[in-house]
Amino acid sequence: MKTNAVNLIEQEWILPGNRTCPGCALSLAYRHTLKALEGQCIVTVPASCATVLHGMYPITAVNVPCVNTPFASTGASATGLVAGLKALGKKGITVLAFAGDGGTHDIGIQSLSGAAERQYDFIYMCYDNEGYMNTGNQRSGSTPLGAVSGTTPVLGKQQYQKDMTAIMEAHGLPYVATCSASYPLDLYEKVKKARTIEGTRFIHVHTPCPPGWLFPFSDTIRMGEMAVETGLVVLYEIEDDIFRLTSASESLARKGGTLQPVREYFISQGRFKTITEEQIDELQNWVNTRWKHCLHRATNL
Amino acid sequence: MASQKKSNIHILDGNQAAAIAAKLSRVQVIAAYPITPQTPLTEQLSQYVEAGELQAEYVAVESEHSAMAVCTSASLVGARAFTATSSHGLAYMHEMLHWAAGARLPIVLACVNRAIGAPWNVLNDQQDSISQRDTGWIQIYCRNNQEIIDSVIQAFRIAEIVHVPVMVCYDGYILSHTEMPVDIPDQTDVDKYLPPYQAHTILDPSNPKNYNLVTLANPRMGVDGKLCHGYMELRYLLQEALQNSRETILQAGREFNEVFGRDYSDMFWEDREDAEITIVAMGSLAMEAIVAADMLREEGIRVGVLGLRVFRPFPKADVVRALRKSKLIVVFDKNISYGSEGATCSEIKSALYGTYINASIRNFIVGLGGRDVKARELVDATKKAIASLKETVINPDYPEWICQI
Repeated sequence: MKTNAVNLIEQEWILPGNRTCPGCALSLAYRHTLKALEGQCIVTVPASCATVLHGMYPITAVNVPCVNTPFASTGASATGLVAGLKALGKKGITVLAFAGDGGTHDIGIQSLSGAAERQYDFIYMCYDNEGYMNTGNQRSGSTPLGAVSGTTPVLGKQQYQKDMTAIMEAHGLPYVATCSASYPLDLYEKVKKARTIEGTRFIHVHTPCPPGWLFPFSDTIRMGEMAVETGLVVLYEIEDDIFRLTSASESLARKGGTLQPVREYFISQGRFKTITEEQIDELQNWVNTRWKHCLHRATNL
Repeated sequence: MASQKKSNIHILDGNQAAAIAAKLSRVQVIAAYPITPQTPLTEQLSQYVEAGELQAEYVAVESEHSAMAVCTSASLVGARAFTATSSHGLAYMHEMLHWAAGARLPIVLACVNRAIGAPWNVLNDQQDSISQRDTGWIQIYCRNNQEIIDSVIQAFRIAEIVHVPVMVCYDGYILSHTEMPVDIPDQTDVDKYLPPYQAHTILDPSNPKNYNLVTLANPRMGVDGKLCHGYMELRYLLQEALQNSRETILQAGREFNEVFGRDYSDMFWEDREDAEITIVAMGSLAMEAIVAADMLREEGIRVGVLGLRVFRPFPKADVVRALRKSKLIVVFDKNISYGSEGATCSEIKSALYGTYINASIRNFIVGLGGRDVKARELVDATKKAIASLKETVINPDYPEWICQI
């Protein structure tokens, strides 16, 4: 039976009143992740907005065991948790690495790549708010073309996003998926599935960030939906090399595959205030090409 | 009783000794990245694990930073963790060394001492571990391969009592690749000496705890109304643990002697007929200093030798006691704090401040990047130091270098 809002597990592992900003998509994604793992996990978190969510000693907002680890070390920390549990013969505990895009695409890519190549048995979840939001929004390897940030203040970012999910797929992982915080049930199902698979599993979650992207706090869900409807974010999973579109991306494909124009998404966020018409056209072409590729690749249409 | 024990002498190099010690200590997680001259130790440990001789997880990590991150997290779920590195590897680990000590995890690291670039150099000096002096680790230096095997075993015992990680340092090539007779301890004796690791903190879903959270400068109230430490108090406790670890280190040495018949303290003191001149050196250089002292005695100059074993916590009181009769202290350092002097010389001066000992101190920088240190050079330097006593300067500002400039 598919999970829906009615039969979703009621127990919460993130306590109310955590320190994330209003409208934060990360806490929504994390909440449903922990629900899918039913709290039977050990989490490792690098320096990130998730550190802020976890709280300040001696008070934490999270009801699962967690270790905070330095920025570059998430993949290695997860490896250490797995190795330690294995050495002690402890079974039935999922190790979850929960890191932002800075900690994944940039400073953490080495330890993540090393751990994935060694096929250590954990779920790595990258929540992607497309910038160094914890330090007040500077560009990351995942900041989109044209976005203004603290370190691309005048011209906006001149490069495309790094496709981290494709990089992780190239590691030959048993399970790779993309999600959006705006589609929590899709995320929930994917984490639940990942929980049953052995090896390194990588899940990418798009998490709109109101203060960083400069849109109203009340519009988080809408921003995430627009990203999917325009094809800027495509929801899919790759299990044993089988590519499937899921959730809203699957519905879009089934309804003829027509995407919304990307322009609407860009004009609703302050960070794209300097984006040029040429850049929008460029991004539209990029989205169209990738969408065509996804439709071609999908095995479930 | 201990002296009746049957010895089990093998010819081993330093890396083999360290590997055997880790195995005898029944380490449960090993994470290491190969670097010269530590590499044979890494290979030996993976050999033990793959051959099923050691029940442990061997993680062939992609960097030293990750090696220590694996160790810290493995330690937090309750596993006994070990790693080894040298030089640039240790420098690359720097952030995680702070993290391991800050989180109070009893990890043991074998540091095979090697010079640091630029320029590249794979040979021995102690700049690597001395550069990690302030990370909150206990540092033990070995003079020979017997001390390596014994110190690694003791290191786990010390670390797990005081909850502070321990770095066992030994000179690259001079010890790591040089074979000498080593008495290998018996496994049942080691098991008696080193009980299984009982973690003080364990990550477990049935009792969820959150470690290394953001901690404010000031103490903060918990939800139960209990006032908990601020960052400053946690730092105080780490300092207190290192200060108090001296007694544990001495105790671990005494108990080791009871089981294995080899005595260990925080330093090695070779008193020579109330000598008024003392040579101070750390690591294998202390053995060379003993040879130099013998040569000086043949020339009628009486010299004592102080071999430093524990560098952190620095054994101030014991060093002062050993140097109480000294009029001249000649300190040889295989490291340099640029713009100042050798690190052990600074420690000696600091320890002597405010005591009645008003000795002259001469510091020589030797053996950097594998430059051979001959006993004859130590002799000549000591004689030069004696001759310099006629000068007006009691303690020169900067060290002399035994090199060709």
